Amino acid sequence: MWGDWYQLWEIVSAPDNVPIVALLFLVPFYTWYAFRQAFETDRLIEQLEKDPQLAKTHHRKVHPWQPGWPREVHTWPYLMRVEFLAAIIVTVILTVWSITLNAPLEEPANPNLTMNPAKAPWYFLGLQEMLVYFDPWIAGVVMPTLIIIGLMVIPYIDENPLGNGYYTYKQRRFAIWTFLVGFIGLWVIMIVIGTFIRGPGWMWFWPTQTWDHNRLVFEVNRNLHEWWIFKYIVPQNIWAWTVFGAIVVGLYFAGAAYLIHRICMATEFSRKIYRRMSLLQIVTMQILLILMLALPIKMLLRLVFRIKYVWVTPWFNV
Amino acid sequence: MAEENGRKEGQSAGVGLLESVREKTKQATQTILEKAKEDLQTLKEPEKTQLWRSIFRVKHDDTPRNRALSVLTNVFFHLHPAKVNRDAVRYSFTWGMGGITFYLFIVLTFTGILLMFYYHPTKVQAFRDILYLEHDVPFGKLLRNMHRWAAHLMIIAVWLHMFRVFMTGSYKRPREFNWCVGVVLMVLTMLLSFTGYLLPDDQLGFWAVTVGTNMARATPLLGHEGPFGPQLGMTPYNDVRFALLGGSIVDANALLRAYIWHCIAIPVLAAIFMGVHFWRVRKDGGISGPAPVMLESEIKEEKGPRPVIMRPAGTKEWEKTK
Ligand code: HEM
Repeated sequence: MWGDWYQLWEIVSAPDNVPIVALLFLVPFYTWYAFRQAFETDRLIEQLEKDPQLAKTHHRKVHPWQPGWPREVHTWPYLMRVEFLAAIIVTVILTVWSITLNAPLEEPANPNLTMNPAKAPWYFLGLQEMLVYFDPWIAGVVMPTLIIIGLMVIPYIDENPLGNGYYTYKQRRFAIWTFLVGFIGLWVIMIVIGTFIRGPGWMWFWPTQTWDHNRLVFEVNRNLHEWWIFKYIVPQNIWAWTVFGAIVVGLYFAGAAYLIHRICMATEFSRKIYRRMSLLQIVTMQILLILMLALPIKMLLRLVFRIKYVWVTPWFNV
Repeated sequence: MAEENGRKEGQSAGVGLLESVREKTKQATQTILEKAKEDLQTLKEPEKTQLWRSIFRVKHDDTPRNRALSVLTNVFFHLHPAKVNRDAVRYSFTWGMGGITFYLFIVLTFTGILLMFYYHPTKVQAFRDILYLEHDVPFGKLLRNMHRWAAHLMIIAVWLHMFRVFMTGSYKRPREFNWCVGVVLMVLTMLLSFTGYLLPDDQLGFWAVTVGTNMARATPLLGHEGPFGPQLGMTPYNDVRFALLGGSIVDANALLRAYIWHCIAIPVLAAIFMGVHFWRVRKDGGISGPAPVMLESEIKEEKGPRPVIMRPAGTKEWEKTK
């Protein structure tokens, strides 16, 4: 069962999984690359803040500069040669990759022969993984919509004027943490789980654990109103569950909103930015963050406490 | 006339004729040679020819003016400004990811068009066409591989591009809208890849698309298994999933629809949005940085416009100082 390195190799080396393996290196690399520059800028910022006289005369970049140097260079050749080089390198990588690895082709499509596991293309595995924790209407429709809207709304709710056009961590801690949690924590990692962990029946198989197509899992998933002391408190009928779930979700919203509020009030600087936000901006940010936070919380409830639904109603379950 | 003149000078008619022909031939050869030399000369200086000047409208001597003009007068290059921030050409700032995404889009268009020559979007032929490509078409396998891997790379590149734009805060005023255009582009990129997945008509694509489109059943209001869907009269035969697949199962109609979305509709949309995206990069003042850092003490109390409520532009201090 364990120590099945051959299977791990098969998964890692499957041609369609190469992008995810690449992602495993590229995302940490570029995160490091961004932070390295951010910290470098932050040191300059600290220096300038300490020394107002220097702040007046300094060119305010970490890149070398001397008076008399032009601030701009000609696109031709200085930019175009970089672009040309990039195009050549990408072409070489792509050609070598295409010569050495073949695009997969399975048997002809057959509706009567189910693939197990039937996986979505790798870039949608995050959504498929969410299907474990939420019903399809949330994981497949509401979540993607929220992700798109949430991304589009970022520029309109981020009232922090600092850090526009340069890498910095110090001046944008809240924004950067939010983005990293969303992009790496809730998107890239979900893809990695979907690729390397999920096996037949979308069950959890640790790396090197053999995929067992006959594995049965005797895990009893309960709804929240059937769990712990709630099963004694909540009357066993659907309307009581509806009300109970609504209360729980309402409490979660209030609690999460309070937590987010506290984070926004944590430092002198964050209070300053928070005060600049309009009510509409605050409400939008709160709703999006509360919903985003709901995903890891629901994952925790499901994976650790085996809870299926928090809110059961006659029309939908959450 | 010529003969008479010849005779006057006391030479026989035959010799005179020969002489004059030789003379004329010599002259003609001379002229031809001179003209040929002239033409050959243009090979040395092709930029002096009419043909050259009709194509390239400016001189290319290495002067600052010409460096600028070579960018501005070329329809492909003029997406660029003539000059850029001296530090923006460093790889460390943009990671080149926007440009790489665009380059991959071009590669995909090119290889995609070649693939279209061999592919029929029908249940009978689609799978066989892929086999044919893999085994019989010269370089067919390479072509298919390149199209596939470029698609994967493009998705990675677009994510990393978004990541960099976020980390440099480049979505902030005045680039808010271009960020939104970018989000649309990212969604289109992923949809392009997804619609292409079904086209080989194999098990992999079939089940991936089945899983994907099954979620559409659960769309609130519009899906027959979604919240309030049945109440609104949704059935497997009239809901959004039916509209996506052209049927209640993934079959011939779904293949055709995927093909049309993949090869025509989404590429055209993406190209339009890319045009807007690049245009906006320029109109928003070029690439955002690397900009001089701003200090906390320099934050103006004055905010920008409210996100939703509009007021006349140009009334605030920060709008006047560009
Ligand atoms: C098909 C997809 C896309 C293409 C071809 C593309 C291309 C580009 C290019 C060539 C640039 C110039 C600078 C650079 O290379 O970084 C750029 C800038 C920009 N892109 Fe994209 N992009 C795409 C998707 C996106 C996405 C997904 C976003 C964000 C969600 C985005 C937001 C922006 C913004 C805000 C800028 C201006 C950056 C600055 O001024 O520093 N783009 N894009």
